[in-house]
Amino acid sequence: MWKTILRRILIMIPEIIILSILVFLLAKAMPGDPFTGSINPKADPAQIHHLMKINGLYDPWYQQYWNWVVHLFHGNLGNSYQYQEPVTRLISGRAVNTLWLALFTTVLTYCFALPMGMYAAKHEGKLPDSIIRIYTYVTYCIPFFVILVIGIWIFGYVLGWFPTTGSVSSTANPGFPTIASRLYHILLPGILGALFGTVNIVQYLRSEVIDAKGSDYVRTARSKGVPEKDIYRHHIFRNSLLPIAAFAGYSITGLLNGSLFTETVFSYPGMGLLFINSISYRDYTVITALVLIYGILNLLGTLLSDIILSIVDPRIRIQ
Amino acid sequence: MEENLNKHSDISAADLERLSKEAQDEATPSSSKIIWSEFKADKPAMVALILVVTFILFVMIASLFINTPKMMETDIMNYNATPGSNGFLLGADTGGRPILQQLIVGARNSIGIAIGLTLISSTFGICWGLISGYFNGYIDWGMQRVYDFMMMLPMTMMIIVLVTIIKSYNAVTLTFIFSIFYWEGTSRLIRSRTLSESEKDYVAASKTSGTGSFKIIFREIMPNISSLIIVDTTLSFAENIGVETGLSYLGFGLPIQTPSLGTLIANANDPNNITQYWWTWLPAALLIIILCLSISYIGQVVRRAADASQRHGISD
Repeated sequence: MWKTILRRILIMIPEIIILSILVFLLAKAMPGDPFTGSINPKADPAQIHHLMKINGLYDPWYQQYWNWVVHLFHGNLGNSYQYQEPVTRLISGRAVNTLWLALFTTVLTYCFALPMGMYAAKHEGKLPDSIIRIYTYVTYCIPFFVILVIGIWIFGYVLGWFPTTGSVSSTANPGFPTIASRLYHILLPGILGALFGTVNIVQYLRSEVIDAKGSDYVRTARSKGVPEKDIYRHHIFRNSLLPIAAFAGYSITGLLNGSLFTETVFSYPGMGLLFINSISYRDYTVITALVLIYGILNLLGTLLSDIILSIVDPRIRIQ
Repeated sequence: MEENLNKHSDISAADLERLSKEAQDEATPSSSKIIWSEFKADKPAMVALILVVTFILFVMIASLFINTPKMMETDIMNYNATPGSNGFLLGADTGGRPILQQLIVGARNSIGIAIGLTLISSTFGICWGLISGYFNGYIDWGMQRVYDFMMMLPMTMMIIVLVTIIKSYNAVTLTFIFSIFYWEGTSRLIRSRTLSESEKDYVAASKTSGTGSFKIIFREIMPNISSLIIVDTTLSFAENIGVETGLSYLGFGLPIQTPSLGTLIANANDPNNITQYWWTWLPAALLIIILCLSISYIGQVVRRAADASQRHGISD
């Protein structure tokens, strides 16, 4: 077991190094420089030249990369050219918002998906099963950003039930009202994300439960006279829960990638929106840091899911 | 039949013809025949198929009659014209550009890119999966590491970065950029199937008789997993419509002068548009939903046809 995990982590290291080089080079290849736009139009080209020089932007790329990595290990990702603020502070402020939303959506997804999966499996082949199958299929194949736009239109603008921008109301008092306001702001994107992200969990849970229904321990329990409800609740559900829990890792990975869309539609100040803004301002330091963070989070999410799955199911441990 | 064979020691030409016809009738029908009969058995699927094919043909032909640069010219007089007014069947956007024509050209562009993306990424993914699954050992290990690396990349972000680097890009470059990142799903599926396929006897027999590896892969294994390939391609086509439209929505897909369903939906980013001028973006959003639903419904039917135990039409 530990061998598997250790091997996975060892494989991760070169992946992260290659990603960091790739990201760094791509950011360097982006057109424009961070100074031309930010200083007033009358700025002297010589001054920009000087700024480029003291920021080390004329060094050969490997030199720049090396400096960047050394700083990275000191916890210094440089300064954002756009916000004039250390990237670490900037991103950590935004990351809290993104992770809040992702966590909330994941919890809600499980709340919706677990009963659906159980119910579908219980009534395998009957009407509820087909309805749930159609539901998961419809939600799966519609591009999520379209749902977000239609959702914010109906519930945010037309009905006016939910806020349409920001992460917290500016008038909220500190303490509990602030937390309530935060929750209120992530409610609509969270619910939409959860309603439209159930497909994997529902299908996996359904097939797990259907497999378990025919297994020996269920037949034993049934012959002992355990009520049908308890068989599902205590025997089958417990056994199917762990592999389902493993999906949390993949789910968070998916949500992070979707955060670009969610945060753009809801003008929610998280990492995704920060990325979109930084791209238009050519804010290299922020862009490289964000792509790297997303890559590493992707890896960790997948790793987490794989570890849980390999604990549960020894067949899929890699050799 | 047996009697006939016993009576004639050497079979006459007429009998041979009849026998081969009998054999043909008894043989498993070809996969295209199975899929077709599945559609005939499932009326909603037939409707979806006709709908999608007609729609694609319609936008392809109709967009030929639309002068895109002229259509994209700003026309202040018709700023946000309401649907039905001034000959604007579906109204006009903030620049006075007709929505209906934009919708047609946009659908053509979006569908065209989705088709191109599906063709390129599926072909690559299939080759990758076949080769990786057939050659065990170091080749597979190396290819798997590349696969892992690609899976780790935040795709949308990488595409956005690439799109900003490339100065002048068009639909074709865009399709290639997308294709770099969207082959993994297919390759994983094909690889796992090839792994189990290459353990079968016919592959071993072919190997011992000295057939070349690539001939085994592409002439023997690939035809045997063709139903899986067809299913996967149809389903990824539906998904790929979301790829370009999503990025165009964010503003990193097709350039502004080239309408796409995504850029039309991006009209909704303006609070005025989303509340008052719903016709600027809602038709495109509904069109994407209907398209994706119909195409993946077709995909479901094709999948059902590929799985003999689930067929509604003929079974073997």
